[in-house]
This record gives sequence, C-alpha cells and structure tokens, in this order.
Amino acid sequence: MENNDEHKEPAKQDVQEPSRRRFLVNAGFAIGGVVVGGALGSIIGRKAKEPAAPEPAPTEEKPAVPANYNRALMFFNQEQFSIVDAATERIFPKDANGPGAKELGVAFFIDHQLAGDYGFNGREYMSPPYFKGEKVQGYQGHLKRREMYDIALQEMENYSQAQFQKGFSQLAGEQQDEVLKAFEEDAVEITTISPSGFFKILRSNTLEGVYSDPLYGGNANMDGWRMRNYPGNQMSFTSIIDKDFKTIAPSSLQDHMAAK
Amino acid sequence: MATKLPKTDVVIVGVGWAGGIIASELTKGGLNVVGLEKGRSRKTEDYYMVHDELRYGVRYDLMQDLSKETVTFRSNEKIRALPMRQYGSFLIGDGLGGSGVHWNGQTYRFLPYDFEIRSKTIERYGKNKIPTDMTILDWGITYDKLEPYYDKFEKMAGISGDENPLGGKRSNPYPTPPMIKSPAMVKFVEATTKMKLHPYMMPSANLSETYTNPDGISRAACQYCGYCERFGCEYGAKADPVVTVIPVAKKTGKFEIRTHSQVRRILHNGNKVTGVMYTDVTTGKEIEQPADIVVLTGYVFNNVRLLLMSGIGKPYNPSTGTGVIGKNYAYQVIKGASVGFFEKEQFNNFAGAGALGVNIDDYNGDNFDHSNLKFIHGGSISLSQTGQRPILNNPIPGGSPTWGPEFKNNSLKYANRALSVGGQGSSMSYRHHFLDLDPTYKDTFGDPLMRLTFDFEDQDRELAKFLAGKCGEILKEMGANHVDSLKELGPYDIVTYQSTHNTGGAIMGSSPETSAVNSYSQMWDADNLFVVGASSFPQNAGYNPTGTVGALAYRAAEGILKYRTKGGLVE
Repeated sequence: MENNDEHKEPAKQDVQEPSRRRFLVNAGFAIGGVVVGGALGSIIGRKAKEPAAPEPAPTEEKPAVPANYNRALMFFNQEQFSIVDAATERIFPKDANGPGAKELGVAFFIDHQLAGDYGFNGREYMSPPYFKGEKVQGYQGHLKRREMYDIALQEMENYSQAQFQKGFSQLAGEQQDEVLKAFEEDAVEITTISPSGFFKILRSNTLEGVYSDPLYGGNANMDGWRMRNYPGNQMSFTSIIDKDFKTIAPSSLQDHMAAK
Repeated sequence: MATKLPKTDVVIVGVGWAGGIIASELTKGGLNVVGLEKGRSRKTEDYYMVHDELRYGVRYDLMQDLSKETVTFRSNEKIRALPMRQYGSFLIGDGLGGSGVHWNGQTYRFLPYDFEIRSKTIERYGKNKIPTDMTILDWGITYDKLEPYYDKFEKMAGISGDENPLGGKRSNPYPTPPMIKSPAMVKFVEATTKMKLHPYMMPSANLSETYTNPDGISRAACQYCGYCERFGCEYGAKADPVVTVIPVAKKTGKFEIRTHSQVRRILHNGNKVTGVMYTDVTTGKEIEQPADIVVLTGYVFNNVRLLLMSGIGKPYNPSTGTGVIGKNYAYQVIKGASVGFFEKEQFNNFAGAGALGVNIDDYNGDNFDHSNLKFIHGGSISLSQTGQRPILNNPIPGGSPTWGPEFKNNSLKYANRALSVGGQGSSMSYRHHFLDLDPTYKDTFGDPLMRLTFDFEDQDRELAKFLAGKCGEILKEMGANHVDSLKELGPYDIVTYQSTHNTGGAIMGSSPETSAVNSYSQMWDADNLFVVGASSFPQNAGYNPTGTVGALAYRAAEGILKYRTKGGLVE
C-alpha cells in the first residue's frame, strides 16, 4: 500500500473535528437574515438532554461489547439460513484481507431485508398482466423476492442432493462453488425461476450485506469498509480532497447519532 | 364529484427545478401561484441519516414509488411494451424539489451547435449526413438568445466553475470559483493538456464556497462527503429547489404548495385551458383547481403523459411522422467509457462531490470534423470524482471472476486504484423513438402508463465506441497500467443504470407543424398552457440537461409574465 501518511489513524482529529466546527458555522441557508438549520443544525441547537436509558446494573460477567440482539431470524428457517450463510461465504470468502460474508453477518442482513419492503417488492410495479419479455425489458415475473428465495434455496438443496448426495451447507467448498456456478450459468433445470436471475440477486445481496451500514445487520464492526479503506459516514473530506491517498478509520451512522 | 376550488392566476404541476423557478419569478412579479406536487414535502433536515448507500443509492428512497406508477418500454413497435417493474436505466424523482434533490449538480450550457444542429450539420456536411429517419431539429432559439437565462440560472444556483474554452460566449464568469482539484483530476488535466486537448473544471452546483445569490439566499460550501447523486444534501450546499427558489416564492406570500396532490387531467375549453383536476392522494378526493394559466413543470414523462391523457395537442403518429405530442424522445449515450487500473497509486476515491470533475469538449458537438465519421455530434468526456460508494462501485479488470476469492481480492485492491473516464454521448432523435399511452398497463388511479419506444441506433453504436476509445487514450496517458474500454454498445436495456436524462415528447421549435411549444415553452395549440422542462428538447446534447432546463424555465417565466399582460402567443 502506498500510504504516505505518517499517522496510521489520524481520522477523527484531522478530518472529523475541524469539519464539524466548520459545519456549525456553515450549515444552513438564510433567507432575509433568518438562518434555517441544516440536517444536523437543528439537532445541535437542541439543549435539553433527556437522561439516557439507565445503564444496566453492572454485573461481574458484563461483556465488553453489548450482545448483538440483531442476530436472530425474521424470515429464513434454520436450514435456509445455513444455505445462505454458506453460499454468501463462497461469494465473498474470508481471506488474508479479512473476514468473509459469514463473519460479517451477511446472511442475517439478507434475512432482515427479505422480511421487509424489499422482500415484498413493496415499491415495485407488481400489477398484472404478466408476459415473458425480452431480456432488455427486465424482470417480468410475478414472484416476490422472498418467494424467489424460498424456491431457489430449495432448488439449491435439491441440486446438491442430486449431485453430491448431501445438503448444500454440508458440501465441501469446491462443491458449493459447483452448485453456485450451475445456477449462475443456468445449467440447472428449474421451471419456476431463472437460476441465473437468482444468482445475480444473491450476489448483489451479498455485496449489500458486506458494505451497507452495520445498522442493517451486515458489515459487522465495519470490517467490510475497513478492508477496502472505505471510511463510511464522514461529515467532510474537505481537508483531504486535494491530498494523496489517506487511510481514515471508518465511522457508521450510529456514530452520527452520538453527535447529539 | 370533484370539489371545485376558487380560481388562481397560475397553477404549476410539479414543484422541482422548473416549477420552483417559475413560482419564484411569477410570485415576485405579483401573480398568485398554486404549486401541485404529487409527492411529499422535503427539507434539509430530512437528510440527517443520508450517508446510507443502501437506503438511498440501492433501494431508491428518494424516488417515485413504482408500485403506484411506472412506465412501459419496448425496443420497437413490433414487440409488446412491458412495465419497468424495478428501477434500472433511469430514476424518477419524487417529492418537493423533484429530481433537483437527487441530482449530482453538473450544470452545463449546451453548445451553440446544439440549438441549430440540423441547419449547421447540413451547412457543413450536406443533407446526406443526416439519415432519413433521424428527426433532429433546430430549437427555434439560438444559444446567444438563451445566454442571459443561463446566466440567471447560474447566479441563482451559485454555479462554481471556470470558462469552457470550447463553449459558447459568456456574458459573465461563473458566480463562484471552481471546486478543489483532486490528485486524480490533476492527472487528467496534465494528460489532456499534453494531448493538446482543452480541459476545464466541471461546472458545479455543489458550491465551492459560501454563496449568497441575488435573491438573498445564502448557502454553505460543499464538504466533499461523497453522497450527492440519489441523495439529498444535508448541508444545503448542493443547489436544489428546496433551498433556493422555493423559499423565495414562499416569502412573497403568493405561493401555495400542495403536496400529495397528483394532477390527472388538464381541463380545457376550445383552445384555452381552464385549470387542472387532481387527486389528493391522502384522502382520495378529486379536486378541480381553475386557473388563468397552467404550467406543466414535471419530469418528461409526467408532462407528456398529462398532455396525452387530457387530449391537448396532436398526438404523434410514427407511421406518418405527423403530430407532435410524444415525438422525438431521446436519451443519453453514456456507456462510451473506460476504466483505468493503477498498480502503483491509490486515490481518495471515497471522497468527492456530485459535480467534482474535469472535462474536455474537444469531441463534443461539432467541435471536431465528422467528415469521415459515421455519426454526428459527440459528447463531453470527463473524469469525475463523485464518491465511490462501496456497494455499487467494485471495479475489477475485465474478464476476471465476479465472485469468490479472486473477485474479493481484486475488488478490495482496486477500490482506490481504479479511475474512470467517461463520455456523455449526445442522443439524436429518430422517427421511431417516441412516447405514447400504454394500451394495457395502468397506474394506481387506472390511468394509462407512459409507454416508451426506444433503442440505440448505428449513430449511437459508432459514437459510444469512438468516445470509449478517446477515454482509453486519456487513461493511458494518465499512466494507467491496464485500461478496459467499452467494445460494443449493444441494445438499449432498461435494466442497467445509465442516465436520468430522458428528453423530448413536447418539443420546442419554430413551427406548430413540427413542435409542441415555442421558445417560451408556450403551447402552440393553447396559449395559456406552458410546458417546461427537458420534454422540450428536440434531441439531447452531450451534457447533463439541468442547466438548460433552468435557462428554459427562466425564459418561460418571462414569457408567462408577458402573456399575462398582452395575451396571445409570445413573440
């Protein structure tokens, strides 16, 4: 890496703090002398600090990090979860750079996404009639993503059993790759869904789980961002925009909440 | 039964850039204006949690809910149009400020050639240079005539830039200095200068410094946070209607905004319009708003669809080439691009601003000789640094695996080691590219969806390849170790994101035979109806459209005030 900076972790002091002060000065626009606050301005202006929820009484086994209650399932059953957990790890595996999809919580991310709006295609045009279209016309199926996952995961399981006499999550890594490849290349015969269409969604969802803000359940500890030197949610890059590459410790939207 | 409200002077349909500008100008001129906006209200405070790529960039939080309304698409008239069920090729803005909220802020002026493309092409290359099915037209207004309105828009928005050495004449410099140059941009400038090209800083609505505009609106400087396109600006630094023109209109006390109000018909009597009928989407009630003047200021599809649903103007007929409403739909040829991979350097690709970049216009418009080329026009070429957010930006060398260990390693390695140089190709209009009402698919009210019929032509395929080649040469000169360039454009598909620069359908021109509106955006067929926006572009240029939309809106506002006193078609 060509990091010329002397300091390894200069982010907070060098980048965030000055910009935060500048933000207080600059934020907001004025009309007729009345300054209307920016998105943070209104928060900063707030005085009353409600006492935070009382700290849990200290116990002897109090963990250093609070338990992550987000890590439970809203949509998948256990078998589905283990297939997705294994499959996404093959797409984005653990290596010398750092954790893979499994450690980053990608399968939890996908589970949570399918439980909501996204899984129901809530903001998409799902009205009939349905016709098979040209490729350039995009998805024309009537299945919602959660239904597609249900079917596809079962088909992955069936295909694994047929090829290797084992369930997908019990297969060796190379065998799992073969299954995924068969889906990617439409080498699996399925009448209900497009195997390659599903693979594309699974791949996209994997990257989303690796790189979305940790608030969604993936990108654990911001390690997805850290591996590629993406600093996440930062208020300002004014002080480095004309400078050579710099590693900045990542910050999440939760850090932003703490800005109160 | 629709509830009928008292008459107002002017009703505006859609409160984005065009609607906001016209509202501010007309209310300053003393008129009472009602603005009907189908989406929700928006304000800067909404963007507290805006640095969220998944929510805004991938799940389209600021865009129109497609379950309620979308468009249908087919490549040609022989196949069945099907609904765009999910977002892809372009995004449809929604809510107060419209697309002016989620834009990048790249604010160009079109070239003088753009406005007189047909006559200037024939003049230089002869009639045969234009294929018979290419329906490009002069705008009925020249660059010089439109220049003062560009100037006005730039001053209102505080555009930061330096002069384009190959652009049209300017009456004034940009109101604020250019944005800060990043090391990648410096490389582009050095390379293109060495190649004897003419680099200049991308004109930016992101604001290089704190600025107070002629209306007295002050805005903060851009912080280069890397979240512009698809996002709202939490600083109010990016010019958007909500932080510029709308508060000016509101301050007059003469502008009433009604959000959640979806206009469904323009009401008319003979060759005058009398108001609009809209549905209050919170109650489902139909309401009639009478007005002396109606102004359509929605996105392209909304403007054209309303005209067709209301039976105003003659619908375009592609088999005869007659009629005007829906004619000359055009787009943007954006895929002519290259990616350079740098093994020995890293860049702060995560930082940036929507309109942070450098351009050359040496291959745009008719700035170069087309005698031996199989296309006309061209496109601007730029290196922009808009903030490479990690879900949607994973450049890897072409042909390498797209998942698994090698993909992971490459995508991490090149996240800050890849730079793109892209061409923004112009899009010419063709006889068989048009908008009309879909015979099958309906919106949530049962009204027909807009149907678009469009594909790329030989012109586009040649242009994309040409621009990609030039982009590749620049990247090599910049020192890239490996360059991947587009090889073939392929057919137009509605699945991959390309550009939200859809144009045409209610085009501007010098005659009612061939166009829908005059150069004041006034309907030839109904003189108290104005249709403002990119719907009036007879074809699309090699630039982002917003600067021109803004200029046309200022000119339309002037036309409306003239019409108000004198009546008739504004000369």
